[in-house]
Amino acid sequence: MDMSLYPHAVAMSADEFMTWSDAIINDLLSTGTKKTVDKLTGPIWAWGMKNSMHPLHWGLACCALEMAAASAPRYDAERYGMIYRSSPRQTDILLVNGWISKKIRPDLRRLYEMIPNPKWVVAMGECAISGGPWYDSYNCIQGLDQIVPVDVYIPGCPARPDAMIDGFMLLQKKIEDYFRRGNFMED
Amino acid sequence: MAEVYQSPSVDEIKQALTSNFPDVEIISTEERRVKAKCPREISHDVCQFIHDNLTFEHCSVVTAVDYVDHLMVVYLLANYYNGVMIDLNVDVPDDDLHIACVTDIWQGANWHERETWELFGIVFDNHPRLERLLTPQNYEFFPFRKSYKMRSQE
Amino acid sequence: MADSLVPVLEAQERMDTDKMWVIWGPQHPFSHGLWTLKLQIDGEFCTDADPIVGYLHRGWEKETENRDYARIIPMTDRLCYCASMTYSHLYCMTVEKALGIDIPEKAKYIRIVADEVCRIQSHLMWLAAVGTDMGNLTVFLWSMREREYFLDLNVKLCGARMTTNYPRIGGVRNDTTELFDRDILRTVDRFEKAMWDIIYLIDDSSVFVSRMRNISFLTREQCANMGLTGPAMRGCGVDFDIRRDDPYDNYDKIDFEVPVLNKDTKVGDTYDRYMIRIEEMFQSCDIIRQAVKKIQALGKNAPYRIKTPTKVPAGTTFGRLEDPRGESIMYLASDGTDKPYRLKVRSPIFTNVSCSKAMCKGVRIADVPAVLAQIDMCLGETDR
Repeated sequence: MDMSLYPHAVAMSADEFMTWSDAIINDLLSTGTKKTVDKLTGPIWAWGMKNSMHPLHWGLACCALEMAAASAPRYDAERYGMIYRSSPRQTDILLVNGWISKKIRPDLRRLYEMIPNPKWVVAMGECAISGGPWYDSYNCIQGLDQIVPVDVYIPGCPARPDAMIDGFMLLQKKIEDYFRRGNFMED
Repeated sequence: MAEVYQSPSVDEIKQALTSNFPDVEIISTEERRVKAKCPREISHDVCQFIHDNLTFEHCSVVTAVDYVDHLMVVYLLANYYNGVMIDLNVDVPDDDLHIACVTDIWQGANWHERETWELFGIVFDNHPRLERLLTPQNYEFFPFRKSYKMRSQE
Repeated sequence: MADSLVPVLEAQERMDTDKMWVIWGPQHPFSHGLWTLKLQIDGEFCTDADPIVGYLHRGWEKETENRDYARIIPMTDRLCYCASMTYSHLYCMTVEKALGIDIPEKAKYIRIVADEVCRIQSHLMWLAAVGTDMGNLTVFLWSMREREYFLDLNVKLCGARMTTNYPRIGGVRNDTTELFDRDILRTVDRFEKAMWDIIYLIDDSSVFVSRMRNISFLTREQCANMGLTGPAMRGCGVDFDIRRDDPYDNYDKIDFEVPVLNKDTKVGDTYDRYMIRIEEMFQSCDIIRQAVKKIQALGKNAPYRIKTPTKVPAGTTFGRLEDPRGESIMYLASDGTDKPYRLKVRSPIFTNVSCSKAMCKGVRIADVPAVLAQIDMCLGETDR
């Protein structure tokens, strides 16, 4: 671990910087330091991320109105830290709340890929889970998990705001579990 | 020069249409409703007459029904002064799917005609922009024809 | 276009500026529905607009050809999910017309009550969206709070908040429940007082009003020709409301006013189109009170539903209804079986969105959300 080179990091070229930082990371991984650090900081990440779940400001169909009602006064989702963000770069969660047509499919995949890691996907409503009432449509995808990996499924047609908040509490448990495992961001 | 009615009653409409266009057949009339049928060649003239002389300023719907050997284009036109609606049916044969476009009379028909083309394949001659609207651009079939079967109909 | 903009636009013509297409993409916080608006802007002013819809197309009309008449009612709810009661009402009305039956008086009045509750709740959702568009989140919170009381009424009546599945072919699913009259009158009384808080928040705010006044003028001619229907058209001078001029289901027995602005000047701006919906909410309260009285006069044992045949005789019919967003029509071509041959839905927003080009021309790009909020989009019915 040649940290003595650290003050010169600003003067390195891109290639030199990559080789130097790769060397440091490989060192940490081989000695198990990363694992220890992860185990120690895991609970802090868990607490931070589960209490500030930021979904994408994106409404597709009927369940979107219940999503809006969930952040309204009666069912106040903001007490869980859920603030909707307009740009996918600033979000953690892709909340899909409507049927997925073939026209939106490439945009949905692009939005999913634009959200930085760690990210979670919540399928809200029957249409996102399995195509819903539109089982014989020529234009509807039969389920969100055909396009992106889904973490939480919230059933309902439309899913009541309480059901949506319950789903998010389940997601909180999943987030906590992910970080406490002490083995994340292995890339 | 035909008379201009601002708020024509159902009987006045019936009389005006049949006297000016003998080929128009009035199928039925009800309170505030007139159902008429006209041949394809004069459909644009009839629509122009209904707009100018009968003051039907609003074109609500332009759609089609697929009766396998022919298609029926349906125009639902509305009058804002007395709530009367005319239901105009025009038959289009299956082997020659063309009909005159009424977007130059009513701007509101623009998207309706586009949608009817993309779902049925009926070409509206002289439409400013006959492109796919609701379905993705790469679809090549006309979904609402009876010949296209959905998953559960096969 | 307002006269004050003319010198600016002329100056821009002299400068050799380039026009640019900006895409208000499918994922946008202010688009209220899944659609794309391509705006051509020249500096700050819009010169052209090209809406792209179809992201929610399911082939709804084709799917109905595969289901019995009774099974289509839950599907009609999901056409316009903000105002689901009016669409299922429209569908039931159309099939009843095709069958040639007349439903009981009580069912008609209950449908009126349910429709007007739906109208108020839909307009409150619109108001919440307008507030968010203009950046005033208090309006969003207060409108949603009021809306919850009306959704409670839906729950008391039929069990579901939004997609209610309540009207049936031949009447309604169930009679009004115990103490429903008491609850609905209490809600309406409370709403009429609480609504003034929200109105003062908007009308007394010169920022809010100046973002809507003198922006995006539309003439009566344009509205009628482009097919723009609903409160937006009544704000521009077209004096037409289907409930009054082409009445259905006992609306002719109810005494109410239709708010119309600019009947003489025949030109309306964004603020006029906004004002109509606020007025309509108060008129709906009036209608609800009268209809509830009439239901009480009919008594507890009056029938609310009749048995209907499952097969509809061959022929074509259509039903027409005043949706909170405009004029909706359902055109049914039947062939004597128990499934429709062709069921076409005329959605008001489909035509209203196509008018966005005329609405956005000459408007500053910062005002585009305010202008488009007045259409009150619900894309489920546009794309079907």
